[in-house]
Amino acid sequence: MNRNSEVSGSNLERVLRSGEFALTGELGPPKSADRNNVIEKAKYLKGNVDAANITDNQTAIARLSSIASGVICLEQGLEPVVQITTRDRNRLAIQSDVLGAAALGIKNILCLTGDHQSFGNHPDAKNVFDIDSLQLVNMLYKMREEKIFECGDVIRNGKKGRVAEPRIFIGAAANPFAEPLDYRVMRLEKKINAGADFIQTQVIYNMERFRQWMQDVREKKLHEKVYILAGVTPLKSARMARYMKENVSGITFTEDIIRRMERAEDQKTEGRKIALEQIEELKKMEGVHGVHLMAIGGEKSVQGIAEEAGLLPRPPAVTG
Amino acid sequence: MIVSEQKPFGQIFDFVRDYNNILVLGCGTCMTVCMAGGENEVGVLSRQLKLAARHNNLNMNIDELTITRQCDREFFDENATEKINRSDVVLSLGCGVGVQYIVELFPEVIVRPGVNTRFYGANISQGLWLERCAGCGECVLDQYEGICPIARCAKSLMNGPCGGSADGMCEVDTENTECAGQLIYERFKNLNKLDELLEIKPPKNWSAGRDGGPGRIAREDMMFDE
Repeated sequence: MNRNSEVSGSNLERVLRSGEFALTGELGPPKSADRNNVIEKAKYLKGNVDAANITDNQTAIARLSSIASGVICLEQGLEPVVQITTRDRNRLAIQSDVLGAAALGIKNILCLTGDHQSFGNHPDAKNVFDIDSLQLVNMLYKMREEKIFECGDVIRNGKKGRVAEPRIFIGAAANPFAEPLDYRVMRLEKKINAGADFIQTQVIYNMERFRQWMQDVREKKLHEKVYILAGVTPLKSARMARYMKENVSGITFTEDIIRRMERAEDQKTEGRKIALEQIEELKKMEGVHGVHLMAIGGEKSVQGIAEEAGLLPRPPAVTG
Repeated sequence: MIVSEQKPFGQIFDFVRDYNNILVLGCGTCMTVCMAGGENEVGVLSRQLKLAARHNNLNMNIDELTITRQCDREFFDENATEKINRSDVVLSLGCGVGVQYIVELFPEVIVRPGVNTRFYGANISQGLWLERCAGCGECVLDQYEGICPIARCAKSLMNGPCGGSADGMCEVDTENTECAGQLIYERFKNLNKLDELLEIKPPKNWSAGRDGGPGRIAREDMMFDE
């Protein structure tokens, strides 16, 4: 990460750079060409988050493209963090998309490998995985800093063309809860070395483990080399908690969270309460620079949570 | 070895039901070892076909033969050549290579595949075969201490494991498939060289394998002048 000068001019970068505790949200594009669906969701997030992740065919289900959705968000005044997975596109397609995204005004990209296609609605698809998420981070870094494509060619249209590299604030994911546990900090370090500017973590339902991970991160001083946004998703019900615990790989739960949800009279309120407690703790945790609030299918609820968590108003968004 | 499994019988029967003279041709190497298309399987399949023919009132003459290898000209001897030429259709229990090589050698004969060719694998235990090589054309096993992330990771992650590994198993098949990234991690840990995993592996050159077009190896030192 380059801490000396701005690299992308994105709002998210400016907020993080200013030392303000950042807040990002998440917007899932529809399984249709309905742009109003994106506009509607963007309205709930605009002004309440510094930027919103736009998922890329999440869970391997074909959806309105993350770049197209990101541009619709830009038009609505909401800064997108466009997610790009390496599942569906090879290095040619991804670099082309990154140039296109940059030309359309997109300034943040989160690099992911993506869920395996067997989990989605086209399990018979050929998988690509030409590169992995780490190689994608590094590719974007070289595009921005060295102004070259993966193949080494300079990013310009012919020898006399102007060098016009994509100025992207590069994000990567980290999962402190996946196995092997003692490899997870190492993997973060690898992503930082590859060129990641910011990290968004897997959603936390095991704060004990997250605290331990952050301690290891601080020991290696990695929090001084990258901005870390901790993943929070309010639980809607005890059923959702049990389902995620049993079916979603790479997410772990502490028993007390499940117990609290099961015993609560109003489970939705309890889920929200847990999320608010988490945000409160994360705000104080050294090395955590913000929260990534993924309210799944609940873009509407983000404003209320952000308000109650004392995260509003957000710093005025800078567009340009 | 190349590991295959026999196609469903219904599909096989549909391939050959319109022919009178059928040769079920087995392969004595990989297909025999993986028990998909050796002499035993040829015998069982031939009997199944005879029963099905009788049941459907079809006049089918079913001949059987297993040769050492269907991917090598020298094993198509006089006997094999005669049997192939006498048949209307050859049901090959060789891998995809065998099927095509018969077509190349006997262009006038119709050949149908009796097995689905699956992967390059090892016989791990009785009745169990697991993929171990993807034939990528540029072996990286030196970099991973003998565990291949290309063949054994569902996403071929060179800088894995991803976030979906749990209890050492791959999220794509948590019951049966070990996470290659985790295996690599453990091997490096045991060899006291975990720090080497910090190295960022660059994108792979896929052109050495299938992505570079159909493979070709020409050894002039082994060729005869014709």
